[in-house]
Amino acid sequence: MISKILSPEFGHFTLALACCLAGAQFIVPLMGAKVKNNRLMALASPLAWGQFMALTLAFACLITAAVTDDFSVLNILQNSAADKPLLYKITGVWGNHEGSILLWAFILALFGAIVSAYSHHLPLSLRAKVIAIMGGSAAGFELFCLTTSNPFLRVWPAPLDGQGMNPLLQDPGLAFHPPILYMGYVGFAVPFAFAVAALLEGKVDAAWGRWVRPWTVLAWALLTCGIALGSWWSYYVLGWGGYWFWDPVENASLLPWLTGTALLHSALVVEKREALKIWTILLAIGTFSLSLSGTFLVRSGILNSVHAFASDPARGVFILLLLAAISGGALLLFAWRAPNLTSTGIFTFFSREGSIVLNNILLCTMAAVVLTGTLYPPFVQLINGQTLSVGKPFFDNALIPIALFLFLVMAIGPVIAFKKGNIQQTFKTLSIAAGLSIICTIIAFIYLHQIFPSLATGLSIWVILSACSDFIRHIAFFKTSLGNSVKRMIGLPRAFYASYLAHIGVAITILGIVGMAASQQKIVEVPINTTIHLAGYDWTLTNIEDRQGANFIATEAVIKISKNGKVVTWMFPARHYFDRQKQVVTDVAIHTNFISDLYAVLGDSKNSTQSTPLFVLRLHYNPLAPWIWMGGFIMAIGGFITLTDRRFRIGTPAQRKKVKEA
Amino acid sequence: MQDITRRRLLWSIPFATAAVAGGGFLAMLSGLRKGNFDPREINIPVINKPIPPFSLIGQPPSAGFNQQELQRQTKPILINFFASWCIPCLTEMGVLQQLSSHIDIWGIAYKDKPDAVSGFLERNGNPYQKIGQDPEGNIGIEWGLSGVPESFLIMPGGIIKWHYPKPLSVASTQILLSLLQ
Repeated sequence: MISKILSPEFGHFTLALACCLAGAQFIVPLMGAKVKNNRLMALASPLAWGQFMALTLAFACLITAAVTDDFSVLNILQNSAADKPLLYKITGVWGNHEGSILLWAFILALFGAIVSAYSHHLPLSLRAKVIAIMGGSAAGFELFCLTTSNPFLRVWPAPLDGQGMNPLLQDPGLAFHPPILYMGYVGFAVPFAFAVAALLEGKVDAAWGRWVRPWTVLAWALLTCGIALGSWWSYYVLGWGGYWFWDPVENASLLPWLTGTALLHSALVVEKREALKIWTILLAIGTFSLSLSGTFLVRSGILNSVHAFASDPARGVFILLLLAAISGGALLLFAWRAPNLTSTGIFTFFSREGSIVLNNILLCTMAAVVLTGTLYPPFVQLINGQTLSVGKPFFDNALIPIALFLFLVMAIGPVIAFKKGNIQQTFKTLSIAAGLSIICTIIAFIYLHQIFPSLATGLSIWVILSACSDFIRHIAFFKTSLGNSVKRMIGLPRAFYASYLAHIGVAITILGIVGMAASQQKIVEVPINTTIHLAGYDWTLTNIEDRQGANFIATEAVIKISKNGKVVTWMFPARHYFDRQKQVVTDVAIHTNFISDLYAVLGDSKNSTQSTPLFVLRLHYNPLAPWIWMGGFIMAIGGFITLTDRRFRIGTPAQRKKVKEA
Repeated sequence: MQDITRRRLLWSIPFATAAVAGGGFLAMLSGLRKGNFDPREINIPVINKPIPPFSLIGQPPSAGFNQQELQRQTKPILINFFASWCIPCLTEMGVLQQLSSHIDIWGIAYKDKPDAVSGFLERNGNPYQKIGQDPEGNIGIEWGLSGVPESFLIMPGGIIKWHYPKPLSVASTQILLSLLQ
């Protein structure tokens, strides 16, 4: 019944309708602003809602087609099959090019609707312009979807069954990684729209900084989650034992994260001091442009990546044109209008603002390094035909020193006062943390014998301890009665807790990365009932059994893990054979105690002529590995907590009060 | 020049940078269409170039070798990068065995452990006269390696005459042998 109403044709129609509404959402409010017609400007919000609802229907139509196994739809035929589990029928909708572009447009429309719902306190003309810019970007993507990537195309005659989905994508991690990552990418469209609207208005002030910050934080937190999920997926699904491969597509997600992190901080300076305005606008434009160009690089096929989407130069040209219109247009406007923006705030170098400037310089340098490493190979090939690849050695050598310096600054920055910091006061707050961190660095060096990992360990502890010291100073712990401290603790704005958490999250991730560098692994080919010793554990292969899965056949190994004769756990690494795709997917077994991971992969067993068959096992001991993603999620939680801060919940008017000193 | 013009020029730099990048992307896309730009292609211009400076420790019982020793040779040498963990390397071992009666082959064990290499050679035969170890893959970077296996034909004096970035096949060895005539 429902599939009759939500037919692919209806989906196609609502997609086209959404595109028209988005076009209107772009043009009408801007025209209204031009002729100063309030009624035209007020149309922005209903148009954004209309576009969102039309796209929701279009998206629902595609999901309906997927769930009801409508193989007359080309996209479903190519990516689904009747025996695929229901969850993957739904998530498979965005596991391919056409569907993922529709998802992208849907999220953009969703953000447009949310912005119009939460922007009543904005001046009418700024609000109209922000929503219009969101509409313009959405219209471009919907046009792209309609013209070159239509997910609703039909085939005739309709086959009985589909071709199935890549088994690697049939995993819960990958079900949620793309939507959250896209929400991060697309979320940066809001600061972008605010930046362009501010350029059109010709005015950037403290209020603008306060309006744009929650959207930046939201996008940043979602992007952080998305990247962490993707990295986690590659760790436990691909079974290579790694978590980051400096693949161009991974770099494409890291770039907006780095500039977005810079934006998050520089917008704070705009809010507090009305300074760094031009720079903040540029960062907002740049971050969304980098999100968009990431999509372009992946979908056009000009970068050699493991994330293979069906690449098509025709689509590439369209996205490049879209990119030229959105980013090129914004940058041109920026060049014309930005020089008129003037900063009123002043601050000395040793101040919170000064430390944020340094943070921005370092983060943008890191982004420049990643961008260079990613784009160098295709540009060299374009210019002189030479092929090369840039990998881990380059990124490690170039990024680690900058990152270490950033961690040094990151711990001090939040302790310094705004406008003009007090060196003695800062030193007093941090002296214990500094002393302890130096001791930790020395201890780490004794164990690790390497400079950079020991420094990274020491600096991570430095970041954590300085956050704790700052917290102790704010609640005047030890200095006043316990009750008073608790009162101060409750009274401390949530933004403080958010920044502590985010910074501690970074430190935890870095500790995880350092720990992972000390991982141990062994590849063995053994018969059943063999014990392997690795990292103080005894890994005994006790059995190998076959079993039937949902749409695959599993070969499962049973490994008993014991330490000093006591059984710790049982692990079941397996290989899943998907008959439809004739593809084998490894099912990694991971046992974690949150300090380290035991990681086992069952390899391919050769047809051995011996009487006792041999099985290949790859065993890893990964110290601190879970911290890598835990840190990421802690950072994101920090971001979400900021959003609940009083300053953002209650639209307090712009005020130029002195920042209170504790 | 007026101050505002100067500031506008300064703030056009982001646009100019983006425009250059966009132009490059457009050229790549048209190259993709015409077929003269392939990001997956491997084309390392090493032919007729001298071998890079390098020095390798040996895989016991073989001694190591270095740039000077390779340059001093009076007959052609085939340098073959391989690894025990590499399946295509396994498939090329038969071809290498046959080839070893025509030319001296020096192997470089890429990102590998000595034990694993000895096991690999025990199981599949040893076509190499000498074997050096490149445990970190740094020598591979010097040579412009794109992966394993990869073979380089070195003429006396240390000039790279031929390069094959894939497992050697019977057909490709024909080309190699014709170069030796």
